[in-house]
Amino acid sequence: MSEQAHATTGTYLRIAAILVMITLIEVGVFYVPAFQPVLVPLLLVLSLVKFVLVVLFYMHLKFDSRLFAFLFSGPLLLAVGVMIGLLFLFFGAVRLRTGT
Amino acid sequence: MSHAHHTSMGLDNRKMAFWAFIGSECLLFGSLISTYLIYKGKSTVGPFPHDVLNIPFTSFSTFDLLMSSLAMVLALAAIQRGDMKQGKLWLLVTALLGLVFLGGQYYEFSSFVHEGLGLTTNLFGSTFFVLTGTHGAHVTVGVIWLLTLWVQALRGKLGPEQAVTVEITGLYWHFVDVVWIVIFTLVYLIQ
Repeated sequence: MSEQAHATTGTYLRIAAILVMITLIEVGVFYVPAFQPVLVPLLLVLSLVKFVLVVLFYMHLKFDSRLFAFLFSGPLLLAVGVMIGLLFLFFGAVRLRTGT
Repeated sequence: MSHAHHTSMGLDNRKMAFWAFIGSECLLFGSLISTYLIYKGKSTVGPFPHDVLNIPFTSFSTFDLLMSSLAMVLALAAIQRGDMKQGKLWLLVTALLGLVFLGGQYYEFSSFVHEGLGLTTNLFGSTFFVLTGTHGAHVTVGVIWLLTLWVQALRGKLGPEQAVTVEITGLYWHFVDVVWIVIFTLVYLIQ
């Protein structure tokens, strides 16, 4: 449960390079029409990778106590669950009304 | 300035409290993002997202915030190893990059208002300004916090003994960054 040493400066720089590359890919696929059919899932996955990298390495959750990870991931999962629930509730109701 | 307090599990109590705070912030931003997504595409009058959103400009703001996160971890690493010269430099760089982001947001909001999109114009305007404005308010708090630490460092009141204080500031700053990562994708790229 104890707190451990953090990443090295080299790791921080490599993570930053990966984050910038993913952002460039995100903007790139946004403008390429060929990616339109898979644009939403692709952007969500790329965004998730960036999110996880920042949380694990810059916020040090990879190296810190698992209790901190629990304090963060519990409410995060609750927020995502509420978000998905609300979207189903609202868009499900619209589909039922319109029959589409 | 600060004294180490530990829980019965050997963890710093301030870090534990701050992670709980960040958890509550997840719920705040989760509700704002949900509201934006629920009302997405439901505006009956323009301007609509594709009329006003400027992807190249916002991509630069995203890059700026990612680089500020890098500067923040470099500041923390420098302070932890006792290199206060580098620590002060990276703290200032982080705050300045935050100010650049805020300047960009001011420009973006001004141009939207100029194009006819205000807080009460339509559902897009209301949900967009509340979501990104709340994020901007968080960035503003972060910049003030960073500049406060920088001034303390200049006055010799911040050293390796206060590294946890800097780490907690970093946690806040990186959280603001990850929230923007989500906003950039859900609001700007998935229109």
